[in-house]
Amino acid sequence: MLSRVADSLFWLSRYLERAESVANLVSVNLQLVLDLPTEQGKHYSKDWSPIIAGLGEEEVFRESHRRYDARTVAESLVFDREMPNSVLGSLAAARENARTVREQITLEMWEQINRTYLWICSRQAHEQFERNDWEFFQRLMKSLQLFQGIVGMMMVRETGWEFLQMGKFLERADKVTRLLDEQFHLFREEKTVQENEADTHRWPEYLSWEEWHAEDRQRIDGSHHCWMAVLHCCHARAAYQRLYPSVVQPVKVTELLLLNERFPRSMLFSVSRVERALRRVNGSEDGRFTNRAEKYSGQLASELRFSSIADLFESGLHDKMDEFQIKINRIGEAIREDCIFPPLSAMAEVE
Amino acid sequence: MEAKTANRKRNHFRAYKLERFFDEVMAGRDKFRSHYRNLAERLASLSRQDLTERQQLADNSFRNQGVTFTVYSDEAGTEKIFPFDLLPRIIPVAEWRHIEQGLIQRITALNLFLHDIYHNQKILKDKVIPRTYVEQAKHFRREFMGFKVPKDIYVHICGIDLVRDETGRYLVLEDNARCPSGVSYLLGNRLILKRVFPGLFENYRVRPVEQYPSRLLELLRYVSPGGKLDPSVAVLTPGRYNSAYYEHSFLAREMGVEIVEGRDLVVRNDHVYMRTTQGLKMVDVLYRRIDDDFLDPTVFRKDSVLGVPGIVAAYRAGHVSLVNAIGTGVVDDKVMYYFVPRMIKYYLDQDPVLPNVPTYLANEKADLGYIMDHLPELVVKEVNEAGGNGMLIGPAATQEEVERFRRLIRSRPRDYIAQPTLNLSRHPCFIDGKLEGRHIDLRPYILYGDKVSIIPGGLTRVALKKGSLVVNSSQGGGSKDTWVLED
Repeated sequence: MLSRVADSLFWLSRYLERAESVANLVSVNLQLVLDLPTEQGKHYSKDWSPIIAGLGEEEVFRESHRRYDARTVAESLVFDREMPNSVLGSLAAARENARTVREQITLEMWEQINRTYLWICSRQAHEQFERNDWEFFQRLMKSLQLFQGIVGMMMVRETGWEFLQMGKFLERADKVTRLLDEQFHLFREEKTVQENEADTHRWPEYLSWEEWHAEDRQRIDGSHHCWMAVLHCCHARAAYQRLYPSVVQPVKVTELLLLNERFPRSMLFSVSRVERALRRVNGSEDGRFTNRAEKYSGQLASELRFSSIADLFESGLHDKMDEFQIKINRIGEAIREDCIFPPLSAMAEVE
Repeated sequence: MEAKTANRKRNHFRAYKLERFFDEVMAGRDKFRSHYRNLAERLASLSRQDLTERQQLADNSFRNQGVTFTVYSDEAGTEKIFPFDLLPRIIPVAEWRHIEQGLIQRITALNLFLHDIYHNQKILKDKVIPRTYVEQAKHFRREFMGFKVPKDIYVHICGIDLVRDETGRYLVLEDNARCPSGVSYLLGNRLILKRVFPGLFENYRVRPVEQYPSRLLELLRYVSPGGKLDPSVAVLTPGRYNSAYYEHSFLAREMGVEIVEGRDLVVRNDHVYMRTTQGLKMVDVLYRRIDDDFLDPTVFRKDSVLGVPGIVAAYRAGHVSLVNAIGTGVVDDKVMYYFVPRMIKYYLDQDPVLPNVPTYLANEKADLGYIMDHLPELVVKEVNEAGGNGMLIGPAATQEEVERFRRLIRSRPRDYIAQPTLNLSRHPCFIDGKLEGRHIDLRPYILYGDKVSIIPGGLTRVALKKGSLVVNSSQGGGSKDTWVLED
């Protein structure tokens, strides 16, 4: 496969996954406001800066907005074209990538991306968002899911497909860690709020594993909605109920989203899929590696596979999430350098 | 013959104005030409609302499929759909045979001419065409004198623009022998019209067009270097910001070959390779949609970032075939156009089946006098421009524009030709819910391989602005599906 084409497929898929996860994040948080007790909800709507920060968009946001209230943040995370991680920004980037590989993907795939993009750019979409954001997000999700359905139904399982998988699952692994990280912020914030109403930006240090357990027991009620929201963000509500027939416990949610091997939105599942796609492209055996991308993804998958949730809490979850994000970035770079654009000097002629 | 059935239900032609032009559909007031009669009946059974809905359906289909082109000058929306008119243009079979014969004759002569001027230059030695005109042509590639191209074919893919005058006679307006574009719109128009207006096809046997991409692939494989079997073929595009990118990717997909940009290719030991995830893969034939000038920064324009360093050396070494060949641009020079009837006579000993539009060369003294005396009535064209740029339409121009061209022509006479302002034929178009006549032309696409194959019909371009004679998409033009009927 042409290197440039592989690159576009990888990014097209990554951007679509990003559009979906950002849309989900915004949608779930808007719903969450409605579920929280009035005072808490009001407070929560006042400041969504952690969401902006979690996506690394503070700078762009600050350029054109003063307020961090829920509505302003939500709208810009959906429609702000200048913001690379906004839903519209991601869809535009996905579409540009799709355009350059139109002849490689099916007509239906291209048309679905194009339609979704044209729709979100339309006045009607904006009006629908204003009128009823839930309906707006439903429609957007369905459009994105339809794309995944078309891909699954029509695309030949060869190199192009594998690059789509790599992009999608690498992005998904990254977004899960960010979502959890942010949630740990939020979780602690409640305490701060009660202690000091004015200073909402001061984050305390993270809790130890023992404290977490204690928190879990004490605060299940207070944080229930928030952790439910996390599940919704990852389309994990049904999976959780099935696997943990109990009330929503933060530790269990974290375990499901990081370490479950069979849940398709967990970090372990995602990293394993990246690893598998890489092996299929290169035809390399299990348990060995032929390049850095295979090595790093294999290492990360093994780390997750051979960790318990208590292990992950050992050094503090925030630090752990940071560490994971760095490792995920490293896999991304290795994919680019070793698998998409291998250095010309190392290139042999193939038949 | 009279058509009495048109107003049986609804007469969409009641307010239709014929004026002084040749109308493709109407032979006179309420008189449909015989090959349009079925279509007229079908239209009469539909309301204006029906037609509007179908037009919208068609527009949406184009938009959703992203069948768009890029307009460089327009900041507001850089992507536009190429406006599509619902009513097809119909060409009866006898008329088409005549056109086909003329096109085959013309492309044969053009290829013989190109081979001649890059080899023995007999036509110049016999003084049929003045030598200076060829040697001064901007796109004449002196460095390819004596170079042998595969199968001696220079122009493999040619778009020859035809118009009809007020008597309905077909004339050649222009030859496009470099990278003629538009064929994807032709194929798209047919696909969409079939979808939104299947009923129109009911009483006609329309010759299909969808075989074009496979014919093109056959042609590309036919000219492989040294007749190599099972060659690797790719489409070379300037990239996704090019106005015709949609077409490049469409053709690549339909042919099932890669589409590559300059940066995807590397040249090693005079062979061209694609950069793939698995290593370097050799390319044998490139259908290149990049002009000569941008092909290779080490040979032509140094500032080109679109091209591939070393590709011309690989071409010279006979390791890669380029389609069209390097150096065909010389026949796009509008001064060369003037001489095509002489080429036909010289190489084929025939008279042209499709005549040229009368043309005056500003570089010839006698012609220059005529041009200067009649400038406000003439159309003036810059010889190396395309897309309706660098053009004066005398009758529509202001005094100042006329004078500006007068100065330009005087200072650079080699660069200008003039032609009478043609009364191009008109075809009814569905505009704002009504039928109105608009000027049209026809661009057939000719493939020259082991035989000449012409896609039935071509792209009918429409000047959608009322009264306009310019059909180019960059200047408010649209298009129609074009039908050639079976026997």
